[in-house]
Amino acid sequence: MNTQFWLVQAFNGISYGALLFLVGSGLSLIFGVMRIVNLSHGSYFLLGGYIALSVIWTTGSWLLAIPVAALVVAVLGMAMERVFLQPLGFDPLRQVLLTVGFAFLFQQAALDIWSGNNFDINPPDALTRSIVVGGLYLPLYRVFMIGMAAVIGLILWLVMEKTRIGAAVRATVDDAQMARGVGIDTSRISMLIFSLGALLAALGGVIGGAFLGIYPGLDFEMLPIAFAVVIIGGMGSLGGAAIGALIVGLADNFGKALFPELSYFTLYAPMALILAVKPTGLFGRE
Amino acid sequence: MRSQHIKVLIVVAALAAIAIIVPNTNSFVILLTTRALAFSILVMSLDILLGYTGLPSLGQAAYLGVGAYVTAILATRYQFGLGYDFWLVVALGILLAAALAAIFGLLAIRATGVYFLMITLALGQCIWGLAYRWNSLTGGDNGINLRARPKFGIDLADEVTFFYLVFGLFALSLLLMYTLVRSPFGQSLAGIRERELRMKILGYNTWLHKYIAFIVAGGFGGLSGVLWAHTAGIVSPENVVLTTSVDALLMAVLGGAGTLVGGIIGAIIVFGLREYLSTLVPWWQYVLGAVYVLTILYLPTGLMGIPERIRRRRALSGSRKAIKNIAPAAS
Repeated sequence: MNTQFWLVQAFNGISYGALLFLVGSGLSLIFGVMRIVNLSHGSYFLLGGYIALSVIWTTGSWLLAIPVAALVVAVLGMAMERVFLQPLGFDPLRQVLLTVGFAFLFQQAALDIWSGNNFDINPPDALTRSIVVGGLYLPLYRVFMIGMAAVIGLILWLVMEKTRIGAAVRATVDDAQMARGVGIDTSRISMLIFSLGALLAALGGVIGGAFLGIYPGLDFEMLPIAFAVVIIGGMGSLGGAAIGALIVGLADNFGKALFPELSYFTLYAPMALILAVKPTGLFGRE
Repeated sequence: MRSQHIKVLIVVAALAAIAIIVPNTNSFVILLTTRALAFSILVMSLDILLGYTGLPSLGQAAYLGVGAYVTAILATRYQFGLGYDFWLVVALGILLAAALAAIFGLLAIRATGVYFLMITLALGQCIWGLAYRWNSLTGGDNGINLRARPKFGIDLADEVTFFYLVFGLFALSLLLMYTLVRSPFGQSLAGIRERELRMKILGYNTWLHKYIAFIVAGGFGGLSGVLWAHTAGIVSPENVVLTTSVDALLMAVLGGAGTLVGGIIGAIIVFGLREYLSTLVPWWQYVLGAVYVLTILYLPTGLMGIPERIRRRRALSGSRKAIKNIAPAAS
């Protein structure tokens, strides 16, 4: 275990964290605004990957696949929120069960449409090379993932902090009742955030599909990891999601490399401890 | 009080019917019912938390996992629990699962609502992580195959004998849990579910009540796991994965939370759909998903709540008519 090992593992951890940020930030925003434990978030990730595959198969364009998959899933999320979740009102148990019912439906639909085979999303050749930095071979695709997450994180941050709609979202996270009181349409905010969360998860699916693969069951594999990100970072906070994603990405990589038998335990035990001590997460708003 | 007696009689009659009819059917139905009965102990244990205490746990499969893995590991490594010592394994499975619940409860009980969902999810995932990754102990992804069922005077390899064993333990669990929820302790739990603050003000140690309920539920989960291991013949991370916890939750809600027997109704319907319908049509999971979604949207009190809803609707329309008769011009 020399320096090279640590550097490569750290790089892998950070790039995996970049992917987790895409999935986790959406989930965190949804939770912050709506207090919904959204168990269909993993399905959005998987559907994003599958839709991207279909776009690639028909048009051959990877670049086109990214926005198409993200937008289709965003519309799906919006429809789900409007038609089913919104009329339910605030009832954590029924909401969580409803989202899981949909997760099962999506699972079956994906199986019917895309079969049960494992697929890979192949990015353009330009991204499959490696670059050499200080004697380390770094896959360019992982660098791209980090860059993508950074750009999206920056856009999200700018929207949340600098725009009027962002301020409305933050107000809703802090105190939804008060926000309604000052005339913010929290129902519309919920709709927007839910579809934004779905969009980000689908984006994660397209981008992550290149190195995780796309296969049935991936939805419920990603889901708890996304929750770990949200909980460690803090619910409803973008910065928290970024730090949570980084911690989980690194913990996952080093855990698997150093003590493989306990690797998932080392991920979820801190998550439970943090929840027990500070339910709003390390960086969550009180 | 009277209507309660009638309800108990109906349940006893229904269970007697299961015990008499099922062994005379084919082995497919026997196996299916055995599975549903073994799993429904877990669902009922969850119902103590969900329906009677108001704590929706998303990690109940962890306790089933403890019971199942203890059974499987002892049986395959040490040939333990395959004779009369099976009952020791039952006791051990219950105790270890209860002990795990005692540890997890310390972390989880303080949380409420959404946070309780999340923390139990995290704790359940801890156990899943161990089951999935601790290859040398749990066999990892492949799980552990149990080669034989216990033999002590009776041979549990026989489907009908095994069915009766599971049925007996199921009925005993139901009786114990029913006694628990009807006891003063159970009434205090219901009080906590309705309004915890009021119970606190009345001087109840609500934390301790919830903690004990959590441990009891864990113990029954362990029993369910011991039976499940021998029912399925294989124990794998599938048994402790998040979706198994979710299944238990959905079965409880489908049957009707806060009714205990709703658990067995939910379990029979879901296992029936999953294992019978799946042999008939490829799109069975749509039916399952639709059943879940429709139950949650239109039947929040579950199937057991239907008679009550009908009665209330009748009463409501009756009173509407009465109002119309008294004050026809009021609107």
